[in-house]
Parts: sequence; C-alpha cells; structure tokens
Amino acid sequence: MARSFAIKHQPGFTAIAATCFVVLYLPIVVLVAYAFNAATSTSEWGGFSLKWFQSAWQNSQVIDATLRSFQIGAVAAILATIFATMAALATTRTAPYRGLTFKYAAINQPLMVPEIVTGVALLIFFSRIKIFTGYSGLGYLIAAHTAFCIPFAYLPIRARLENMDLTLERAAADLYATPWQTFRRITLPLLWPGILAGLMLAFVISLDDVVITEFVKSGGQDTLPTYMLGQIRRGITPEINAISTVFLLLSVVIVTLFFFISRKRD
Amino acid sequence: MASAEEVAREAERRDIRTRWLLSAPALLVIFFAATGPLLIVLVYSFLTPGPYGDVKWQFSPEAWISVFMERDIFDDTLSLAAAHVTIFWRSIKLAIITTIATLALGFPTAYFMATRSEKTRDLWLFLITIPFWTNLLIRTFAVLQIIRNEGLINTVLLKLGIISAPIQILFTDTAILIGMAYVYLPLMVLPIYASMEKLDFRLVEAGYDLYATRFQVLRRIIFPLVKPGVIAGSILVFIPALGAYVTPIVLGGGKNMMLSNLIELQFGQGRNWPLGSALSIAVMVIVMVALLAYVRNAGRSEVRHG
Repeated sequence: MARSFAIKHQPGFTAIAATCFVVLYLPIVVLVAYAFNAATSTSEWGGFSLKWFQSAWQNSQVIDATLRSFQIGAVAAILATIFATMAALATTRTAPYRGLTFKYAAINQPLMVPEIVTGVALLIFFSRIKIFTGYSGLGYLIAAHTAFCIPFAYLPIRARLENMDLTLERAAADLYATPWQTFRRITLPLLWPGILAGLMLAFVISLDDVVITEFVKSGGQDTLPTYMLGQIRRGITPEINAISTVFLLLSVVIVTLFFFISRKRD
Repeated sequence: MASAEEVAREAERRDIRTRWLLSAPALLVIFFAATGPLLIVLVYSFLTPGPYGDVKWQFSPEAWISVFMERDIFDDTLSLAAAHVTIFWRSIKLAIITTIATLALGFPTAYFMATRSEKTRDLWLFLITIPFWTNLLIRTFAVLQIIRNEGLINTVLLKLGIISAPIQILFTDTAILIGMAYVYLPLMVLPIYASMEKLDFRLVEAGYDLYATRFQVLRRIIFPLVKPGVIAGSILVFIPALGAYVTPIVLGGGKNMMLSNLIELQFGQGRNWPLGSALSIAVMVIVMVALLAYVRNAGRSEVRHG
C-alpha cells in the first residue's frame, strides 16, 4: 500500500496546470486563425484567405517599421552582447573585489525600474541632447535599447562562464600561451553558446519593446510594435492579426534556437 | 628588489584594473541610457512647468503637492486630488491582485512541470518559454480578441444560451486584470520552476512518513523550500504590473487609466513635465518599498528555516 502512495501528488495541481497551458495558447491560436480570415470584420469567419498578409506586405508603413525594428534590434543586440560578454568576463571567476557588488547592481538596474520611468527619464534627457546637438537620428533608440538589453545578454553569458572548467585555460597558460591566445583559442570557443544565447535574447527583447521606444522615438521613427499599438488604438483590422502572426513565427523560431543552444550540454 | 608578496599584490591590482576596463562599456551605456537620466527626473520634479512642455529652471514644490493635492482655482485652498488617488489606488490594487492571481495559477503549474519525468520536463519548459519571449503587445492584442463583445468567450456563452447579451468585459478593470495576469504568468512560473526543480523529494517523503497531510507537506516543506522562487516571481510580476502601459491602453480603452498612462498624459496634452516627473519618482518609490519589504521578508524566513 505504502509504495503506491504518490508522494508527488497534490490535489488539483495538474488541473490548474492544464488550464494554464490551454489559457496561454488559446488566445494566440485564435489570433493566428483570424489572420487567415477573408472577412473584413474581425468578428465573423468569411473563409480562408491570405489577403491580409498581402495587404500588410504592400503597406509601406509596415515594411518601414519592420526594417527599422530589425535595424535597431540588430545593432543594439550586437553592442549589448559585446559589452555584456566583457562585463561577464570581468565579474566572474574571481575572488570578491571592491566594486563587484556595485557592478552586479548596476548591470541589473534596468530590470529593477519600471519601463515607464526609464522611458520618461530618457525622453527628458534625450530631448535636451537633441536641442544641444541637433541630431535626431536612430542613435537615441539604439542607445536606449542597448542599455536595457545588456542585463538580458549578460545572464546566459555569465551562467556559461561560471560553469566553465578553469583547467583548460590553466593548461594553455602552462604551455606558454599568451592571455590573448588563451582567450581566443580556449575561452571564446567554450563561451560561444552563451554568447549566442545572449545575442538572441537581446534581439528578442529589443524587438518586443513598446514603452521605452514610444517615449524615445522622434517623429517618423515607429518600430513595428509602436506602429501596431497606434493601429490598435485606432481600431482593429485583420491586418494586425497577419502582422502579429508573422512576428509570432519569428519569435518562436528565435526562442526555439535559443532554447536548444542554452540547454545543450557540452 | 620587489618581494614575492609585492609582485603578487601588483598582479592582483592589475587584474582588478583590467576587470574595471572590461566592464566600463556596459556600465557607461547603462549609466547614460538608463540610470543617470533617473537623476534628471528627480531634478525636474522640483521645477516649474514650461508653457509648451519642458520646464522653466525655477524651483517649485508645486508638482509634488499636486501628486496628491488639488489647488482650488478660486481660493487657492488645497484638497485631495481624487482623480490621482483613484489612479494610484487602482494601479497598486491591480498590480497586487495580478501578483496573487499569477501566483495562485503559477505555483501549481511550476509544481506540475517540476514533477514530470526529466525528458518531458524540457518540453513543458519550452511551452512556457514561448509565451515568455513572445511580444507582450501581441499577447495583449490576443486577449483583446478573446474578451471583446464579439469575441470567443461571449460567442460561446451566447451560443450555449448561458447569457442573452454579451458581457461587457473589455474596457473595464477586469479586462486589465485578465490581460496582466495572462501576459505576466510566465514571469511567475519560470523562477518558481527553477526553485522547484532543485526540490529534494526525499524531504517530502520524510514528511509523509511522519504522518503529515498533503496540505501540511505543501505548506511546511515544499513552500518554504521554493520560497526564493516565489519571491523572485512576485517581484518580476509586480514591478511591470505596477508600471503597465500597454495593457491599460489596449484593454482599458484609455478610460481606466493606470499610473503610466497618467504619467504619459503629463508629457503629452497635460504639458506638465514636473508633475510627470514627480509621478514617475513616486512609482519608483513604491517599487523600492515593495522590493525592500520582500528582501527583508526573505531574509527573515531564511533565518527561521536555515
């Protein structure tokens, strides 16, 4: 009798979990289904059609916003990953030194402040700089995105470094490799999965951002999410469903890649 | 001649210097494009609003007074600013309820995931990671399509004859609540799962051997052991929920403002940057207080169980 007693069982937990998974995915499935709806109204089903994808594709505002999102996301993610890698090398595998706790706090600071507050702060700060320098390009958005992407890129890179074996690097040093050679030939190849994971996280985080972008952008600098928010505010068309579907697909692909890279055991 | 000790100390000093140089770019970017500007917000909250937005460089406590008070335009007397108090209260209330709701749903979900076999565990983790990294705006929009009057919920209920007219969920506080609980649920599940995965079920077994009931085991063994995950999850949900911007716009329809919408208003039509700044600092203070309370609570419970 005692053996058949399931120690891991808790009444109702499985039912709640099942509900959660259904509830998490149901709205997304409905959203995707209506992207293929031929009817103009979003409340009835008018048969299968790809016309909303077509109309999104021909909408120059959508294409512009998408390209801008990618541009900002790529530059910000690459910068954030490089800086985060350097910072991770500087904050791991060491005895505690003065300033180490400060560095942890500083790097994670963007996670601790509500986005709206950062958005407001950057609006004020950058509007001053705009008046001062007259520059109003994408640089501000890239700087803002780089800053809030750093803690996300830092996470997997630091985790990877902390689990890395030190003996290989010591062996390289014993064989008269210079520190740079050791880094290039040993550390970097071992660290690579962490760096890739960090890069992808940073890119997804940048693509997702609405609030900070909404406050920092100048006129005509809509990214895809801020463009979509504007459209939803005005009233919804299945075109938004179509754009969302493509966006979702992209996220799923990136997350899948990320998942396999970061879970891969050596 | 330098002694061996001096050489070692010099090497250590050089190592630390290299470490500062390596972390400099990340720290500088964060300082200039995240942390530093927060100080400017604090300064702005004590200035006078300019006529076309921005500020006049003139000290004024007016912004801070009007966070909670209203000045009568005729006799200059102060009274409680009911609109602001309502919005503060709504934001805090909705953030707390969202945290509790996601905890009530997320805890069993994380437990379910952690008690699967090692192979299937990865699949469940993957299923929760997908919404985690999916655009928040898209997921909010997905909720909008489900709960509006012509949406799935109302259509099904109407067809089944349970209701005769659509229930108005959209553009209410309930809609904001549903939306926030939906989008922030993965943020609660993941850290709890991370703690739960390390749970040693021999302790659970020992509890049952000592005639504990299921509920006692849950309350006295499992919950204390995964408490760090619960605290991390609660912080991760509470902070963005308090500052939620997209959800009230999309699901609240602009009528049911939350703090972030009130702040945005001051930088747009309101043209009162100092008030917007003061409100932002107020949000920060609430977040800090919540964080401190959590940290203190976590520290205390660790001593008790440790």
